[in-house]
Amino acid sequence: MANEKAVHLNEKSFDEVIPQNKVALVDFWASWCGPCRMVGPVIEQLADQYNGKALIGKVNVDEESELAMRYQVMSIPTVILFRNGKEIAREVGVMPKDKYASLLEANL
Amino acid sequence: MTDIAIIGGGPAGLSAAINARIRNKTVLLVTNDYKDSYLAKAERVDNYLGLPGLGGQELMEQFRKHAESQGVEEVNKRVISVMPMGESFFLSYESEVAEAKTIILTTGVVPAGKLPGEGEFLGKGVSYCATCDGMLYRGRKVVVVGKSADAVEEANYLHEIGCQVTFVADKEGTRGLAEGVELVTAKRLEIRGDKAAEALIADGREIPADGIFILRQAISPQDIMQGIQVENGSIVTNKRMETSIPGVFAAGDCTGRPYQIAKAVGEGQVAALYAAEYIDKMKKEN
Repeated sequence: MANEKAVHLNEKSFDEVIPQNKVALVDFWASWCGPCRMVGPVIEQLADQYNGKALIGKVNVDEESELAMRYQVMSIPTVILFRNGKEIAREVGVMPKDKYASLLEANL
Repeated sequence: MTDIAIIGGGPAGLSAAINARIRNKTVLLVTNDYKDSYLAKAERVDNYLGLPGLGGQELMEQFRKHAESQGVEEVNKRVISVMPMGESFFLSYESEVAEAKTIILTTGVVPAGKLPGEGEFLGKGVSYCATCDGMLYRGRKVVVVGKSADAVEEANYLHEIGCQVTFVADKEGTRGLAEGVELVTAKRLEIRGDKAAEALIADGREIPADGIFILRQAISPQDIMQGIQVENGSIVTNKRMETSIPGVFAAGDCTGRPYQIAKAVGEGQVAALYAAEYIDKMKKEN
């Protein structure tokens, strides 16, 4: 993606930003994972679509293993929906865009 | 972008590939090693028109030679998932990704049922992809349930990146495991845990593990492709071999009985023809 809109989060920015947003969708991914590379463009599309309405973020589990451990991410891609900083839903594995969008819609 | 991605290199997949090439479509064939296919293991086949009395492996070799002569290239990798992306499809095989206009599923007979606990703990310790999830288990105990030919390689990979690996095979004769990988032979397997998988029970023996990698010959169509319609374990198709997802076709044993070469070859051809037609229509519309 030439024009990345999803926010790349590290531990520090994650802890700052996630509780401040009413709704945040975070994609836990890594470069070695083929399925993650399929979800990536979908996350970017969502970031575009929900710009200003929800935070769409990405966590590289290779660089941020602390966050991956904290949220017990055991299989990637894992996409977690946070509401006011609390996890309220997660999807493990590749899902169609509608699935992530309906998670967002239900919580906005 | 490839025109047609074909998943599975048995008779249905090869027939689809040849017919797609004849119609000048580009083909990506992703498959297991052909020596692991059911057909290659058949001792003798007597009901395939024009080629009686050949062994399964011989037949497969002839089919493959034919495909090769048409410029079909194959990739020996495990397909993890396929996802519609508007006007095309993304498919991932291990750490790679490709884009195709249409998909033909020729994945063969759906493997027997899941292990007890497998569905419950999928994504919570149970994984089908060592390449994807292995790194998350560095320094921890993992079990590889080896039901496919490449399972040994995957177990060695996990060992290499620093997992403590136990390899569970259902019969004797596993070769090529790296030193330091423990080998267990067991038939009855069960996954236990609480919030996440904690152990594999192998013939009553408990093997504690944080990660359980189940590597089968084939992943079931629903696990590869979210939302595809399946009935009694077979992919539902119409006479044009179209599945419930536009642009996705299926052929061969994965669409149901009879599990016969002639049926697979015929369906593969039909699927390729209508996949080619689908692509041509798309071109006109754009």
